[in-house]
Amino acid sequence: MFTRTALLVLKKDFAIEVRSREILYTTLLFALSCVLIFSIAFVKEGEPLLDAAAGILWIAVEFAGTLALGKTFERERYSETLRALLLAPAPRAAIYVGKMLGVVVLLAVAEALLVPLVALLFHAPLLAQPLLLMALVAAGTIGFSSVGTLFAAMLVRARSRDVMLPILLYPMTVPVMIAGVRGTSALMQSPADVPSAIMWIGLLASMDVVFMTIALWTFEPLMTE
Amino acid sequence: MSDFDEVRLLDVSRHFGRRRALSHVSLTARAGDILGLLGPNGAGKSTIIGALATLVAPTSGEIHYGGQRARALGDGLRRHIGLLAHELHLYPELTARQNLEFFAQLYGVHSGPAIDTALERAALADRGHEEVQGFSRGMRQRLALERSLLHHPRLVLFDEPFTGLDDHAVGIVAGRLRELAASGAIVIIATHDLDLADGLVTRVALIREGKLLSDEPAAAGLRARYRSVMGRA
Amino acid sequence: MRKLFMPLLVVATAMFAYAPFMIDQAAYESSMGLVSKIFYFHAPSGMVMLLSAVVCGIASALYLWRRNPGADRLAMASAELTVLYGLIVIATGPLWARKAWGIWWDWDARLTMSFVGWLIAISYLFVRKYGGPGSDKLGAALAVFGTANVPFIYLSVNFWRTLHPKTSVVPTLPPLIRGPFWFSALALFLMYLLLLTARLHLERQRAALDALYLAEED
Repeated sequence: MFTRTALLVLKKDFAIEVRSREILYTTLLFALSCVLIFSIAFVKEGEPLLDAAAGILWIAVEFAGTLALGKTFERERYSETLRALLLAPAPRAAIYVGKMLGVVVLLAVAEALLVPLVALLFHAPLLAQPLLLMALVAAGTIGFSSVGTLFAAMLVRARSRDVMLPILLYPMTVPVMIAGVRGTSALMQSPADVPSAIMWIGLLASMDVVFMTIALWTFEPLMTE
Repeated sequence: MSDFDEVRLLDVSRHFGRRRALSHVSLTARAGDILGLLGPNGAGKSTIIGALATLVAPTSGEIHYGGQRARALGDGLRRHIGLLAHELHLYPELTARQNLEFFAQLYGVHSGPAIDTALERAALADRGHEEVQGFSRGMRQRLALERSLLHHPRLVLFDEPFTGLDDHAVGIVAGRLRELAASGAIVIIATHDLDLADGLVTRVALIREGKLLSDEPAAAGLRARYRSVMGRA
Repeated sequence: MRKLFMPLLVVATAMFAYAPFMIDQAAYESSMGLVSKIFYFHAPSGMVMLLSAVVCGIASALYLWRRNPGADRLAMASAELTVLYGLIVIATGPLWARKAWGIWWDWDARLTMSFVGWLIAISYLFVRKYGGPGSDKLGAALAVFGTANVPFIYLSVNFWRTLHPKTSVVPTLPPLIRGPFWFSALALFLMYLLLLTARLHLERQRAALDALYLAEED
């Protein structure tokens, strides 16, 4: 029942997104604008600063991800469909998992575009270790989305939720960002610093487990008014 | 089994800081009843509906579904609850059929014939493939009504189900509610519209400022009764 | 705690009054001079800040799963004190850093960590104030996540870079410094207990007032 409900929610979000494509396009466009803005700060005399690419990639993911989270839950708020989802005869945490998977998939699409773009624009050897980079990005995205989905869901009923989400989310995801940025720049060194990268991936994976566990515990009590 | 044939609020209160949304409400509804929760806006009707739907946790007091608390009955309890609120719980970007299919699957209802019947009942049989955002309020309302009943809930909770409906549609909805009650559902409607409640409800609970002022069988002259109870308090 | 409040207040006041003499008597660290005395204030405040944050996290978890209103009040009071002690840490740190490292701020492990922790505590208060109805639970979830996050922040910033004196500094203090240090730590901890008690008392009064308003309505 749990898995089925989670997958149904994911499928439903996918069906809506296929029809409107609004969240995907806004997320991509926003990520692109971020990259443009950072190029102003981190390019000196035509040459990008060393290591800037790692930071730019992750900050673009974090900013675009916040936007996507806000938009996803705005959709559930509009006709109070979140309440209808909570009425489903399944563990309520399944709703959380479904929504989180949707955000992860969306960010994965955005990252598939962002990574080559940042590599290209900032002369960064991001794709030197493609498998390790994928593992790092996946672990980081899951960590960000696990906290982000819970916070965005609990803010649905709060006043000034648009402002609250980044204020609450950014400090909370600092370790995810540090691990992501440090891991990425370890991979960009020549030769790549594989042991460090694996250490960061491991740290991210343990964060994913802890964050998901707490989120699954807290979702039900948080969602009851 | 998590089915039941009566719901009971036992001394239920809910407060937000200093504001009491509900104050010591005790109320029972049985299968076959159409219970009208009547009162002005902000009286606490929606809080009662939310609490019965397990979306709002009471600060104190208990709610029993056939003698058992929601916690004891588990997630399966929600299979027997249908809720139609003022916000219609529909995805505007999806078609009418997609909306119904999604919620049918969520409740584990075998879709297909159930969806066709629901679309027909909502008088939308030929518009099932259209996006809900193109529908008028009345059409959405009819669709939302059928959506909330897809899984044949035992406890039917309606929060202001008549807003935005024309007389004809109101007649249809009222007929549907009578049908549900006759087939053994517990129907509870929250509304501030006395004209619509009159003649439909079988029991009346008058509520103001979170308090239950009166709980009685419906009788002729509802408006006069409402005025005298509300005026007295 | 209420019976102990006055005696403890007297003790704490006396300790605060005596602390400057004790710190003055403590061994003079030649390389740093007078600025090294900030240590007696800075490090214990950091310890109390961490303690207070953990109290807030545990109380929040109790509130979220047990719906214990007392735990909510404790979480609120602890969060405020975390912000207060965090402010002491963040204000005194740079004064020392300017002398020791020649810069006001450095993105080293502990500085980053205190900054992030302080920011989370502030965002907790922000949610409680501006979150509207239901903000008690929002805050609780934030505190639970924040507390669970502490080890990760610690690990990630430590792997990242470290400039700050290590945790091992405190246990290996020379005796002439150790005495005054733990004296200051105890004084600041007593102040924490007193403020917490006073703050909890205020919250309890508020809750009682709310209950009276509710009773009046009935």
